[in-house]
Amino acid sequence: MTGFLSFIPRAVGQGIPLLFGCTGEIITEKSGNLNLGIPGVMYVGAISGVIGSFFYENSVGDGSMNGFLAIMIPVLCSLLGSFLMGILYCFLTVTLRANQNVTGLAMTTFGVGFGNFFGGSLIRLSNLDVPTIALSKTSAYFSATLPFAKKLGWFGEIFLSYGFLAYTGVIIAVATAVFLKKSRAGLHLRAVGESPATADAMGINVTAYKYNATVTGCMIAGLGGLYYVMDYASGVWSNDAFGDRGWLAIALVIFTIWKADIGILASFLFGGLYILYLYIPTGMEHMELKELYKMIPYVVTSIVLIVTSMRNRREDQPPASLGLNYFREER
Amino acid sequence: MTDSNAAVSMRNITKNFGKGGYANDHVSLDIYKGEILSLLGENGSGKTTLMNMLSGIYYPDSGEIYIGSKQVSINSPKDAYDLGIGMVHQHFKLVDVLSAAENIVLGLSGKLDMKNARETIQKICDRYGFDVDLDKKIYNMSVSEKQTVEIVKVLYRGADILILDEPTAVLTPQETKKLFEVMRNMKDDGKALVIITHKLDEVMEISDRVAILRRGEFIGTLITKNTDPQEMTDMMVGHRVELNIERPEPLDPKPRLKISGLNITNEEGLQKIRDVDLSINSGEILGIAGISGCGQKELLEAIAGLQKVDSGSIIYIDDDGTEKELVGMDPVKIKNLGVSLSFVPEDRLGMGLVGNMDLSDNMMLRSFREGSGVFTDRKEPHKRAEKIVKQLHVDTPGIETPVRRLSGGNIQKILVGRELYQRPKVLMTAYVVRGLDINSSYTIYDLIVFQKLAGTAVIFVGEDLDVLLQISDRVAVLCDGHINGVLDGRKATKSEVGLLMTSLKEGTRDGE
Amino acid sequence: MENKQRTPLFHLAKREELSKGRKLVIRLISIVAALLLCAVITALATGINPLQVYGSIISGAFGSARKTWITLQDLSILLLISVALTPAFTMRFWNIGGEGQVLMGGLATAACMILLENKVPSVLIMLISFVAAVAAGALWGLIPAVCKALWNTNETLMTLMMNYIATQLVSFFIIIWEVPKGSGKIGIINQNTHDGWLVQLFGSKYMLAITVSILVTVFMYVYLNYSKHGYEIRVVGQSINTAKYVGINTGKVIIRTMLLSGALCGLAGLLLVGSINHTITTTIAGGQGFTAVMVSWMAKFNPFTMVPCALLIVFMERGAGEIATNFSLNPSFADIMTGIILFFIIGCEFFINYRIKIKK
Repeated sequence: MTGFLSFIPRAVGQGIPLLFGCTGEIITEKSGNLNLGIPGVMYVGAISGVIGSFFYENSVGDGSMNGFLAIMIPVLCSLLGSFLMGILYCFLTVTLRANQNVTGLAMTTFGVGFGNFFGGSLIRLSNLDVPTIALSKTSAYFSATLPFAKKLGWFGEIFLSYGFLAYTGVIIAVATAVFLKKSRAGLHLRAVGESPATADAMGINVTAYKYNATVTGCMIAGLGGLYYVMDYASGVWSNDAFGDRGWLAIALVIFTIWKADIGILASFLFGGLYILYLYIPTGMEHMELKELYKMIPYVVTSIVLIVTSMRNRREDQPPASLGLNYFREER
Repeated sequence: MTDSNAAVSMRNITKNFGKGGYANDHVSLDIYKGEILSLLGENGSGKTTLMNMLSGIYYPDSGEIYIGSKQVSINSPKDAYDLGIGMVHQHFKLVDVLSAAENIVLGLSGKLDMKNARETIQKICDRYGFDVDLDKKIYNMSVSEKQTVEIVKVLYRGADILILDEPTAVLTPQETKKLFEVMRNMKDDGKALVIITHKLDEVMEISDRVAILRRGEFIGTLITKNTDPQEMTDMMVGHRVELNIERPEPLDPKPRLKISGLNITNEEGLQKIRDVDLSINSGEILGIAGISGCGQKELLEAIAGLQKVDSGSIIYIDDDGTEKELVGMDPVKIKNLGVSLSFVPEDRLGMGLVGNMDLSDNMMLRSFREGSGVFTDRKEPHKRAEKIVKQLHVDTPGIETPVRRLSGGNIQKILVGRELYQRPKVLMTAYVVRGLDINSSYTIYDLIVFQKLAGTAVIFVGEDLDVLLQISDRVAVLCDGHINGVLDGRKATKSEVGLLMTSLKEGTRDGE
Repeated sequence: MENKQRTPLFHLAKREELSKGRKLVIRLISIVAALLLCAVITALATGINPLQVYGSIISGAFGSARKTWITLQDLSILLLISVALTPAFTMRFWNIGGEGQVLMGGLATAACMILLENKVPSVLIMLISFVAAVAAGALWGLIPAVCKALWNTNETLMTLMMNYIATQLVSFFIIIWEVPKGSGKIGIINQNTHDGWLVQLFGSKYMLAITVSILVTVFMYVYLNYSKHGYEIRVVGQSINTAKYVGINTGKVIIRTMLLSGALCGLAGLLLVGSINHTITTTIAGGQGFTAVMVSWMAKFNPFTMVPCALLIVFMERGAGEIATNFSLNPSFADIMTGIILFFIIGCEFFINYRIKIKK
């Protein structure tokens, strides 16, 4: 039971970055943009926050940090970084109508490189022996939980043991689901992704919707990167540590059949799969088996992909124009 | 300069797509309230382009547009709606996965209040006599239902200038009648209506005035009641044309294909063909009539080996009387059986040809398997392409031009030319002249009749009943996947066919 | 309500086909612009003058005979993977699983080398490695292809997941074979016996990879443009419906093409392990499976055009790597430079396909 109790919060913690990425990509894909640059965007979102808080922490020195600034500076830096990445993607694919797959891959190359380059540079600036940057003071603000959470036993452990960004992620996912289902802008966004020509003929500004959805999606995804560093990893940045979570987030979008509310539980499930290997006993003799268990999330994703494609229901299809750029005078 | 009574005045509108020649060359046109105007012209004469500039899809290279007496600039469909202009396009602008009501309110601003919107929509429907299920998803709708949604959508936005682009092309005669009633109701309500068409009888029936375009140029306007079809045709085409298709008697007809008990369910699980029995003879043209989507595609594809069949048989009978079962075969197996079968599908660039490949590569679609060895023979198809270009007068910059760059008529000549090159025993064509100008259409008709004389069994799926009744020896009428009757092409009338297209005969549904 | 009486300042129109020369000029301009931006950024990051930056890049890539050889070797591997992915892309099958297919080829090679050392003659190990690597790569291409053919499973994500499964398989075997125990590394395989090390061609350890990549590039050009298979691939890529219409079995073509694509990636893995590194790590493919996607696309899926495209990428990566080392910058500097060049090349396609009409 204690194993399980500790498993749930860790699974949720692992799931939150996926949730941010997945929600962001759902909004993006609803506009017809398949953004394979999300892994890069999440790196940029993370490193931008790290840069912001690094300089803030250093400028404060040994003095005490202002809690509001300690949170707002990294959050705003992160949003700015992923905002710029979103603008770049939109400029290339929406304005210049470049191939979305290639643009996305290039953004991932660039974004991961950007993250590791500045991560590496900050590590050099901080003159430490270890190849990491530790922003433990900032992290303390990010991972602060409600003061009474610890007193509530298993309930507190499972539901209240997370920093504010985790709850933000859930709220954003719920809000996204409501937005897409109930609001007029959500209806328009769905129309843009399904049939931009129709949306255009109906007076919907396709370009604006694509830009807004994609840039917003990137900013949400970027927060996932920030959460990972500041909360899950306790403020420790090391290069490549974020790994392939961005790609898993994209795969999750298909798993959730483009529904942000399903994304919440799906993310936690995948978060659980991601760390399952830690909970399967192998004994010291067979550490290699752990490497096989790390395969589980990818194998499960593949199986999910196959099963959803086998079912092939009309309601579960991707937005009809996904991956295609729109040009009004195409004849 | 402008007529101040006009609802819309277009002056000297010019648009050039840079593909040789103007789509519109200094066109001036007035549209009045309480009037139905027909915009008449051949395919490719620039009718749709002109109206697209009113509805904000295209922007004119030069010229002015006045609403009332005020000059306006229409940069987007939204601008058009703001000015009270709404257009129902030939290809419906609807989102398949949304419901009728959601489609109707799409693009408007303000808080989304579906309850309120539905009440308003219902009022419009009652006022003009529309019948539509607001919760139905578009992908479950018939063509005529979709068209109704389109018109309601335009009215919901308060448009008082309505443009309908070839609205009857996809409707049965009965549905057309209903549409015309609604159009008259709207006209009586003071709306200005423009109907784009190339069907003369419709012009005569529905419109007050007719404006004629030819090759992008404005030819003139006529008061409908003072003119007749021949005068309009002359203006439309520019020179007198004989609107007759030759129909020789079949020579020595022998059974060639025998279809019996055929049932087909498509990928979405809908039954598209029900218990079809049909025989086709050599040397004859069998026309197939029916509203679009009632099983024509599935029938032809089943014969061509492209469509899975639930039950039934399709027997090919050779000259010497040997019978060959085609069900369960794919196109390659059918060819290997020695059955020479050609198929001109409805979707030319999506199925019959590859738009991005050049003429010679498109010829290779049929010939690339020829010859042993791993490499393709590229000389033969090149020669074939050259021959077809020469014989059918295909207007192309060269053999190396991607076919999508050619005009519709030339694309179709390439496709038909390639299919006939195989000297087929069975030729199937679907909507073979859709979108073609009159000259190209007649070239194609001549080719088909020539094949018939050569002893080919021709299955001709068409939408224009006039043509169907002029070219076919027999006409089979499909309705909801059922053969509702096979009529003698020389005796049948349009209304007979139209009736069979819509109403199931007594007793045909027994036992279901 | 506001009444907008604006005329747009410009509007876009699709271009007619441009001549080859003008296309090339547009692309060259974009590359030059990208190089200028890269130089400016480098100058800002390092404080050296931009001209010197180019000097460093060139000397990084071609500064000595050894550097030139390594550049050529890197080029040949990237080219090989790009060419390997190309038949799939021609078919519009977005195989971004090159990384995994290369890894599996490498893993198979390493397995043969380790397990067969001193058991069979070295030549036989080479042959078995070759067969195993090609088969392993092909298998990794086959799985997503079968899913695509049967159920139309999204191949982009499927191949991506296969990458990570391959990575974990490699980690698994690294721990099994690690030398010394607990190091998490394999080290140079068969360092003393050189068993299974691939032969050297023309007396140079670099020439094997270079020769293989040249042969495969020529083969692929001929295969795609002149063979019946190549024709089928192009038809399937352009229109599945047309392919069915002329009786092409699309499932069969997808599977066959991905077998080939995966097999050639496996071959790249064989070269990486058997000829170049003589060891295996999870990062031995080094992201080239992804870079190759972009190279193949930049070259418009023409194998010969891939040579300059791949050269440009390798040149920048090696050059930026040199700068990073000289100025003790992070090696990821090269990725940023590559990203910038890619953005420019991706963006310039716009000016090839569209023209902007300015309103008077």
